[in-house]
Amino acid sequence: MSCWETFSAYAFRSLGIGERLLPKADITLCEQVVLIGSGLIWNIYFAAFALLLGFFLATALAVAKDTPSPWVRKPAEWFIFLFRGSPLFIQFFLAYEAFVLLPKAGIEFTLFGIEFGATTRWLTRAWLGATIVLFLNTAAYTGEIFYGALRSIPKGDLEAADAYGLTGWHKFRRVVWPTMLRLAWPAYTNEAIFLFHATTLVFFSGFPAWKQMGDALYYANYFADATFNPFIPYPIVAGFFVCMTLVIISLFGAINKRLNRHLPQARRRKIALRLNLIR
Amino acid sequence: MFASCADPSSLEGLAWLACYLTNGKHLLFYGSFGTVLLLLAVTAPVSLAFGFAGAMASRSRFLPLAWAGKIYTSVVRGVPDIVFFLFFVIALDQGIEWLRHQALCPGWTEPVRQGSDFIVCPEAKMPLSTAPQTVHEIYNFSLAVVTFAIVFGAFAANVLYGAMNAVPRAQLETAHAYGMNDRQTFWRILVPQMWVYALPGLGNLWMILIKATPLLFLLGVRDIVYWARELGGSKTAIYAYPHPDWRLYYFLFLLVFYLAFTRVSEIVFERLSRKLSHGQATAAGEAQRRQA
Repeated sequence: MSCWETFSAYAFRSLGIGERLLPKADITLCEQVVLIGSGLIWNIYFAAFALLLGFFLATALAVAKDTPSPWVRKPAEWFIFLFRGSPLFIQFFLAYEAFVLLPKAGIEFTLFGIEFGATTRWLTRAWLGATIVLFLNTAAYTGEIFYGALRSIPKGDLEAADAYGLTGWHKFRRVVWPTMLRLAWPAYTNEAIFLFHATTLVFFSGFPAWKQMGDALYYANYFADATFNPFIPYPIVAGFFVCMTLVIISLFGAINKRLNRHLPQARRRKIALRLNLIR
Repeated sequence: MFASCADPSSLEGLAWLACYLTNGKHLLFYGSFGTVLLLLAVTAPVSLAFGFAGAMASRSRFLPLAWAGKIYTSVVRGVPDIVFFLFFVIALDQGIEWLRHQALCPGWTEPVRQGSDFIVCPEAKMPLSTAPQTVHEIYNFSLAVVTFAIVFGAFAANVLYGAMNAVPRAQLETAHAYGMNDRQTFWRILVPQMWVYALPGLGNLWMILIKATPLLFLLGVRDIVYWARELGGSKTAIYAYPHPDWRLYYFLFLLVFYLAFTRVSEIVFERLSRKLSHGQATAAGEAQRRQA
């Protein structure tokens, strides 16, 4: 099979399109690269949705944690502690077991004549269940980053907002929020990179790969088991991830530039890459 | 364990639960918490040593060594750690067997890699196929420790490298002015002072290390995740203690364990940093001085 044929057969295998059977014998380098690249679609999907949704919840959490009222502050603090204090791996296992039990616990209700009980089945699938866990997890980590940024907004900016007569929503939307984002952005870039790396845990932590539709590491692991040679598939995954990390950095760097565009050249903050590890 | 537990089917309520939670498999489960703590106790100093070596290499004036140090830290940090965990366990295992194969079976002519098989002579197997089960487990565990140390060593190297650079230059110049050579300046001036700068990063790293321990499960070690899955799965009537699927509760227990562990570590690190800041020329040290 030529490399082009392999590409057309396996490029979207991770979505269930193309050849059904995975390569078993005489595995070529081309097959490994194509199939692992195909799995990368899932990593991008998980990271993109979790980050997008998590961003909004994180803003809400940061504001809630900064409120004087304990009724609002305490739940936010506990949420952040729960997700930052425990391993993501355990969170995945726990969530999967909980989701599996849900239909058995009998959450089935009819609203406006539509049966909603069937939806809980999808929670046990990686595309929904794992995205929810990653979303809550990144919201907690990002919430803490945003909270730190919220606390370090220069006093002068807030006083200037007061002097202009801005209050409530307007003050938040025009002064507090943009400054918070600007201060938090370098740390948030790192968080995005960790989250992208963390998406590799999904198919190793309870969530089954349905019909062998898995992520990049799932296929790499498959090849390593099939060929008993780890020296080819894992470096391929590593290469893909290094490339994607560079993409994330350039994407977030562009946004960083926009957030800092009103500042004099010397005061603009560069993104310092401080890679962390797993949660 | 207790005499009253001889016939579990006759037990009810709390007595059943007490017997259930103290049966042999559960004792292994509790023991596996020891495995996790042992891993942390062994990995933390070893990866600190790896990190120290990496940071020293990165600072080296001999360029190839400096490059090696920098490549080590940046490659490990740029790739998901779980890739390394899956990779190193097989790679280290095959590497050790290959080296032993070269040393022990010089007369072996067939290639080691035949298609999708990796075949070494029987004497080079690691551990030997005749070895008892505990040797296999210890070997797996050591592979896991080395893998953790390599990955976390890179992170520690990054933290320590930053900390070494954070020590005020005037301190080093003063040491030189007193006639100390490079080696003496490094060990007597730089190393004792760098810890206060490294502590926040190392504390963070410790938290991450704690939260990475469930990955032991992926490395084939019988750790707490393995036992939680094993014990929690639904047991039919052929087992002594039949019960439905309780994995949720077992994982909840693990979650609480990790939350408590990270919280306690956080408090300890707070105290430690207060102690280390004492008398240092930093903002925290200055604040302590003013308070006293």
